[in-house]
Amino acid sequence: MRSLKRARQHLRVPVRPAPRLLASPATAPSLTSRSLASSAASKAPDAASSGSSTCVNPITSLLIANRGEIALRIARTAAAMGIRTTTLYTDVDAASQHARCSAHSIALGPAAGYLDGPRIVQLAKAHGIQALHPGYGFLSENAGFAAACEEAGIVFVGPPAKAMADMGDKARSKEIMTAAGVPCVPGYHGSEQTPEQLRARACEVRFPVLLKSVKGGGGKGMRIVRTEDEFDAQLKSARAEARASFGEGGEVMLVEKYIVRPRHVEVQVFADRHGNCVALGERDCSVQRRHQKILEESPAPALDDVTRKDLWDKARLAALAVGYVGAGTVEFILDRDGGEFYFMEMNTRLQVEHPVSEMVTGTDLVEWQFRVAAGERLPLTQEEIEERIKERGAAIEARIYAENPDRGFFPDSGKLVHLSTPKTSEDVRIDAGFIEGDTVSEAYDGMIAKLIVRGRDRETAIRKMELALNEYEVVGLSTNIEFLKRLCRSQAFIEGDVETGFIEKWRDELFAPRHVADEVFVQAALGCLLSSQSHATALAPSRDGPHGETLGFGKASTQGERKFTLRVQDDANAEEGELVDVSVVQTGVSLFNVAVSRRGSETPQVLQNIVCESASPSATKTTLTTFYPQTRIESTVVRNPTTDGGERLTVFQLGAKTELQLVTPAWFEKALGLKEVAASVVAPMPCKILRNEVVEGQSVEKGAPLVVIESMKMETVIRSPQNGVIKKLAHKEGDICKAGTTLVLFEEDTTAEAS
Amino acid sequence: MSLSRSSRQVLLQSRQLSRQHHPTRPSPALVHNRGLPSRRLVATFVAPHHAGAITSIKSNVETSSDEFKENERLMGEAMARLEELTRKVHQGGPAKAREKHLARKKMLPRDRVTALIDPGTSFLELSPLAGHELYPEADVPAGGIITGLGVVEGVTCMIVANDSTVKGGTYYPITVKKHLRAQAVAQENNLPCIYLVDSGGANLPHQSDVFPDRDHFGRIFYNQARMSSQGVPQISVVMGPCTAGGAYVPAMSDESIIVQEQGHIFLAGPPLVKAATGEVVSPEELGGGKMHSSVSGVTDYLAVDDAHALVLARRCVSNLNWPAKSTATGDIAEPLYSPSELLGIASTNLRKPLPIHEVIARIVDGSCFAEFKRDYGSTLVTGFANIYGHRVGIVANNGILFSSSALKGAHFIELCAQRGMPLVFLQNISGFMVGKDAEREGIAKNGAKLVTAVACADVPKFTVVVGGSYGAGNYGMCGRAYSPRFLWMWPNARIGVMGAEQLAAVMETVGQKADPELRARIERETDAVFSSARLWDDGVIPPQHTRRYLGLGLRAAMGGRNEVAPGKTKFGVFRM
Repeated sequence: MRSLKRARQHLRVPVRPAPRLLASPATAPSLTSRSLASSAASKAPDAASSGSSTCVNPITSLLIANRGEIALRIARTAAAMGIRTTTLYTDVDAASQHARCSAHSIALGPAAGYLDGPRIVQLAKAHGIQALHPGYGFLSENAGFAAACEEAGIVFVGPPAKAMADMGDKARSKEIMTAAGVPCVPGYHGSEQTPEQLRARACEVRFPVLLKSVKGGGGKGMRIVRTEDEFDAQLKSARAEARASFGEGGEVMLVEKYIVRPRHVEVQVFADRHGNCVALGERDCSVQRRHQKILEESPAPALDDVTRKDLWDKARLAALAVGYVGAGTVEFILDRDGGEFYFMEMNTRLQVEHPVSEMVTGTDLVEWQFRVAAGERLPLTQEEIEERIKERGAAIEARIYAENPDRGFFPDSGKLVHLSTPKTSEDVRIDAGFIEGDTVSEAYDGMIAKLIVRGRDRETAIRKMELALNEYEVVGLSTNIEFLKRLCRSQAFIEGDVETGFIEKWRDELFAPRHVADEVFVQAALGCLLSSQSHATALAPSRDGPHGETLGFGKASTQGERKFTLRVQDDANAEEGELVDVSVVQTGVSLFNVAVSRRGSETPQVLQNIVCESASPSATKTTLTTFYPQTRIESTVVRNPTTDGGERLTVFQLGAKTELQLVTPAWFEKALGLKEVAASVVAPMPCKILRNEVVEGQSVEKGAPLVVIESMKMETVIRSPQNGVIKKLAHKEGDICKAGTTLVLFEEDTTAEAS
Repeated sequence: MSLSRSSRQVLLQSRQLSRQHHPTRPSPALVHNRGLPSRRLVATFVAPHHAGAITSIKSNVETSSDEFKENERLMGEAMARLEELTRKVHQGGPAKAREKHLARKKMLPRDRVTALIDPGTSFLELSPLAGHELYPEADVPAGGIITGLGVVEGVTCMIVANDSTVKGGTYYPITVKKHLRAQAVAQENNLPCIYLVDSGGANLPHQSDVFPDRDHFGRIFYNQARMSSQGVPQISVVMGPCTAGGAYVPAMSDESIIVQEQGHIFLAGPPLVKAATGEVVSPEELGGGKMHSSVSGVTDYLAVDDAHALVLARRCVSNLNWPAKSTATGDIAEPLYSPSELLGIASTNLRKPLPIHEVIARIVDGSCFAEFKRDYGSTLVTGFANIYGHRVGIVANNGILFSSSALKGAHFIELCAQRGMPLVFLQNISGFMVGKDAEREGIAKNGAKLVTAVACADVPKFTVVVGGSYGAGNYGMCGRAYSPRFLWMWPNARIGVMGAEQLAAVMETVGQKADPELRARIERETDAVFSSARLWDDGVIPPQHTRRYLGLGLRAAMGGRNEVAPGKTKFGVFRM
């Protein structure tokens, strides 16, 4: 209680000295960009800090109002600092890692619980918790929530509510920035919100323009409008999405000049209560998909030092202009063609990609957050930070998402059947919220983990990133890992030729069809064979009797040849994947003759006397070491049965992942009466039915839209896989469906025609 | 506090000892008494390695010797002949019949067996050369039926699969004999039986040799009924026709599976029904899978095709609640010497002695052999060894059987029976010693003691004929008549009352007019393949696989529901 009281007192007397840069001896109340630039190099006098009157009030107990990797990451630092930590969990998250990481964990109920500000504040109070860390997302940039915390006497580990509100309102932040001398993108951020008014403003700014919700973030409610004609339609759709994502007020839009070849460069800033502010280097986050970042790096490539320093200075200026305290990120859009940069927005929170800055500056920003929240001064000066950046080289972060890049980065969810991660070290860091066996819920963001590596320079960091990704194995849901590997191998990326349209621009290269080597099929077949061996005969054959050896006269293949038909799961192509037959004859305990025949090519590839040793650490996993005539190959084969009775095989080998389907035997469908299901379309993921585009009895062509579903707040059109007649629509508008639920049934005879 | 009582005691003891034990004056107990320098032999510590050396067989085989090379060449020829014969037999019936079979989307019988057994296990086929050159009018590869031991869901089972590409899978006399032999093996070793039925029934032209006698067709169903009563499961999978008597195979089984539109069970087929009653009916209506699974209840599970049926059969076995136990223990050491050297050790010339220790050294675990009565009656080698972790007693010929050898053999068999230890006989015997001295010594009664012991020993017995199997030696060394669980022959093995040469000589001396063809005929009739074609054995095997065959045989005989109780044997009267 006493500490709470003290905290309240402390908050009642906010000490807000005049905005001042830590490095600057000057106390000028209004800073111009010029004075900033000149003062940046000078050293901070020690006297500047001792003169302050704020007392330091260390944080001793903490509530983490977040989930997943960031909750774990915050808890890690909190533990190191001896802070008693309490976590929160919703029903879906009850068994999650973040809820297990602390001794105290409180239930929030339904999935939306992390957004329930009043309840979280009440819980913190009820449990006598001193401080609250909001993480990112959820309530982290909710000024009302921050204010509520302050009011309740809880230290909000983040900026003051006022600064947050100023920066949160895009139109207002632009006004403040313009006044402070931070360059902004031309556009309209005002209150005239009728479609006609907005269209007129867009014409002023000149097309192409960007439409964005004032409450926006993360690409939701954002649309690019290339011509005046399509303006109204895009506005409508952007508003609908924004309202769904941000609620009331989300439909208020701003119009901005759209830069054709933009780069996304942001600056990590940190400010204390004493009016000091530093920049911890910049990050380039240009490689994005669906307007969301996937690769972030620091320092930004292809940037001259003058512009770099200018970015830092402008970022610090921006933070000081709103009286910022704590960790923040000032986002700039950098025009690749002109080289100018404009202020985009300020994220008033610790960001997902903060580890990149930590890696290049050798800091723990969460620790800084706690120390600043306690009233301490920033631990490092701008000069010290710049020294470190010079020494520490480059860092890069890859976000590992549950999504399918081959299907337009469509979000996925499911159980992590297999998860194997690269070895971490000082230079390889993994921030993850899941372990093997956990379920990635569709209720929340699909980020599984962040992989951060550091190297002495950018090229080294990229190479190390690729090697680490090669060791990152996930089975159970689609991930972007293979895509990230391709990015790391992309010449354009290595050369630093980045822009936000990077993936679109290099689409052909990044999504080039891959060739699957014969050995992948062999390893998959051997994996199946050997895992079933150790499973079926409880007594391992090699240890108990001569089983597995050849016996008697005659060719081994006349008795003992087993065939595996494998289909390559290739989501990039709409066509069925390539069919490959693998024949395996066991001629000894670990000795095999194998033939691989691809359908359509007449001569099978024969591999004689390959030696294969295996281990099955679990019923679904087999690791194989196989000596081929020319080489040794090590693989992990994970068998993951699908709900429709299929057997999905994932082969990790030589740093690449291949997904195969073990084709079901001929009798399978007939014996199980699965014909009916074949004549239907199922939900690809858990979703809500937005609308049915067809009616029962209607005949449709292949590719025609059937149902529009919504999942992860994104719309998806389910198209007809065939020509046929609709027999039944299984769901009506608004129904919630699980993955694999039948959506549309076709008349049977027409299916037969089509197939 | 954490010290347990005993460790505290040990600590205490060590303290007391160190107090007594003066560092400068060694304890008198630990130094030799100067007065009695060498009279007392203190227990010397023996390293396990030194102890093991006395059981390890030292090989004296010179692989570069001319003899070895010559043996290898001649054995190689015999091996090549067997290899070729077996490959041909493995193909099954004629190409045309096989194509027809495949066109009906049926799996070939050997593929059915593969699909039935567990991956990574070896199928121990019995008598693949059955029926070879047996019928002048027809070629009957493998006797038209594949039989053998296979592991299904971890359970060693007897698998009996008709080959309908061979004369429609009809039962020749040899087919019946092979089927019955498989059932006998199953019964002796408590092995669940799986019948993959695809047969047109009895081969009618041979009806008198397949129907009326005790060991003819009817015995199959008798065995099924008896085995079922003894708790040996009977499972059949109907994958083709099952007409008349054949209908009883699934009907007499504990559980049966049928493939729809392919398997048919009826006492009389549509043509016979039409002839008898005028009723016109399709095979599917009369005895198809759907009918039998839903109307008559003759079958229990309906499969859509062969592969599905075999998956169902595997599931049946997994539900037998059969123990997956094995009596093998510990780590298994492979022999020290390569089993492939047996090809240069064995000889096609049976007049040459076969150094049996060299054979044993290439069959038993770690080439370890604890020889019993090594220096007594040394023409018979007896001793204990392990094969794939199963402890066995080995009885092996190393020359002619003398009275002493026979007595030693009887003694050793008594020991094994007393201990419930299986016996392995390695036969290479031209017979018991003859002559005045031998008879005066009582070779007849001493030989009888060996024969009595072999006949009565109630433990699993296994016989491998590695050379000759002649005369009464065949009895004393557990020939087919003495019910070994399995009897295998090497390609060089010969079996007969005596060698062709002696037989011709005997015939001459008894004054019979010598048939000029006689010697060649006897030569042919004592050949291993001739024997195997008639099921006098369970197959001709490559010498280097002997260890594997014995290992699998031991698993079948000792694992599962089998109990080998020590001291259960009751011997008859040993004539002293």
